[in-house]
Amino acid sequence: MTYRLTADHLELRAMVRELAEEQITPRAAAIDASAEFPWDLKELLARQDLLGTSFETRYGGTELDNIAQCILVEEIARADATTSLIPIVQKLGSLPLSVAGSEEQKQRYFPRLASGEWLAAFALTEAGAGSDVAQLRTRARRDGDAYLLTGSKRFITHGSIANLLTVFALTDTDAGGRKGMSAFIVETDTPGFSAPRLEHKMGIRGSPTAELHFDEVRVPAANRLGEEGDGFRIAMATLDQSRLSVAAQAIGIAQGALDFAVGYAAQREQFGERVVDMQGIQFMLADMASQTEAARQLTYAAAAVVDAGDADLAYWTSCAKLIAGDTAMRVTTDAVQVLGGYGYVTDYPVERMMRDAKITQLYEGTQQIQRMIVARQLLQRSGVPVRRSR
Amino acid sequence: MKIIVCIKQVPATTAEKRYRADLRLDRAASEAVINPLDEYAIEQALRLQESGAVESVGYLSMGPEQAGEALRRALAMGGDEAYLVTDAALAGSDAWATARVLAAALDRLAPDVALMGMASDDARGSLVPAAVAAMRGVPLLSYGSELQLHGTTARVRRLTAAGFDMLEAPLPVVASVTDQVGEPRYASLKGIMAAKRKPMETWSLADLGLAPADLHGAALTRVVEIRKPEAKPPTERIENVGPDEAVTRIADWLAARKLI
Repeated sequence: MTYRLTADHLELRAMVRELAEEQITPRAAAIDASAEFPWDLKELLARQDLLGTSFETRYGGTELDNIAQCILVEEIARADATTSLIPIVQKLGSLPLSVAGSEEQKQRYFPRLASGEWLAAFALTEAGAGSDVAQLRTRARRDGDAYLLTGSKRFITHGSIANLLTVFALTDTDAGGRKGMSAFIVETDTPGFSAPRLEHKMGIRGSPTAELHFDEVRVPAANRLGEEGDGFRIAMATLDQSRLSVAAQAIGIAQGALDFAVGYAAQREQFGERVVDMQGIQFMLADMASQTEAARQLTYAAAAVVDAGDADLAYWTSCAKLIAGDTAMRVTTDAVQVLGGYGYVTDYPVERMMRDAKITQLYEGTQQIQRMIVARQLLQRSGVPVRRSR
Repeated sequence: MKIIVCIKQVPATTAEKRYRADLRLDRAASEAVINPLDEYAIEQALRLQESGAVESVGYLSMGPEQAGEALRRALAMGGDEAYLVTDAALAGSDAWATARVLAAALDRLAPDVALMGMASDDARGSLVPAAVAAMRGVPLLSYGSELQLHGTTARVRRLTAAGFDMLEAPLPVVASVTDQVGEPRYASLKGIMAAKRKPMETWSLADLGLAPADLHGAALTRVVEIRKPEAKPPTERIENVGPDEAVTRIADWLAARKLI
């Protein structure tokens, strides 16, 4: 696996950084405080063609490679983690269609998603089925040329604002989650669907995280992705790729905190000298920078592996998300430390970044799940039989 | 209806400007951008194109080869084509020589409106629009807060202390606009991608039928000295005193300078 950043990558970074610094950074504190979804920034990103980067040009997208998509997410997250979720979840919600959708299904939905007219979301997690996805209970019962979906989902990012959901439900309750799960495209204006409650969260507060109810929601059979029983495979194939976005988000959050800490330390004076001239602070900043850079390079390498479609891409994306998420948590915590008491108050952005960073260790597979994926690949490579832990 | 927007590549506004031993700006020393005041001219042209009043928008720049980057950035915002006049003999051009070259290129392009920003961010001479209009023998509509096109005439609305003036002239014209026309758009991703495929022509002096001798060695003017503006004395602050004391001290300060 090799990769090299191109002139196009650098141009994209400059474009998104300018947009983010001028239009997103000034909004970040208010988005966090009000916990309101930034519809204006969603419109801005759509207008700049930044919600269609994962879609092919024939559907109106811009078909960027995965390194470019990482750069996009990174630069937005550097300004505001909440806003970076707009392109992240647009991709996450539509990846099941990319993975298993028919040409007809793609033609029906991708143009509206690529333009940003519609938002997508990914509805897998349930109250009792978090890391153990196979425990899901939502059911899809066949009824003529349709399915009736009944059940509840929880912790669904953008679930309350999406126009389109990819929903995972059991079509064969006897076969259980791994073999009996199927995936469906659900338009959220379908009767029986509701999003009755939002979570109150520590971070990414402007991004609605919803509980979803399905009460005999009628979904045409033409909206099933792949065959009955393909759901688990589709969900895993989606997450194997999508967690790359979370790694990119984590790097962006870390870089934003590092940049702010450097700027602050350069103007803050204590004991008659600039804080940035103290070796203790310099060593912290150097550690923050080198760790962020290491996470970034690993993530770009993983992105190149995804672009190449290598068989072990799950190993790479899990390694990247694991390292990047932990780096974001450590770097943002240290950024608060560099600012001292000022870091702990909402007048400065680093406490928000620290709260935002935590989610990158939790969603799209906790860090413990990433370690399980990495370990399984290690064992497979070594020819050691894999036993499921209890 | 065709508009050619004349743009200049300048050092980024925030960059510290460096000068070479011959007192010419060292353009390689800092990041280069489209002159921010020219971005308003671009925005004005694109708005007219979107409204249907203008069929084609092109860009013209005179500068070193890397000025092509500024043209490419302009094309990413919109518009159809770009022209770069670049020639070793043009190094060190002053406003007069620049106007002469732009006028020759505009003679060839024959736009209905040659549109410019009100000044460039590096030299701030504000001479080029008027000089180009004079050399081409066409009317100048300068310092517009808005450009309007009606049939065979152009109008600019120019803000004044008392309100605004409306200036009108028959096409073709040279016009310059201010930062009142509206915020320049960001280039979209598709715009950036499309710009790579838009036509850009490069012309030399000879292509325009000009010889170095026509430009008097690229300048009629000579830079004899460059210095920074004198630093202002530090601000005097009156702090931690009651309002009466503060008023007395401010009044004394003003009186000492015979300002009250």
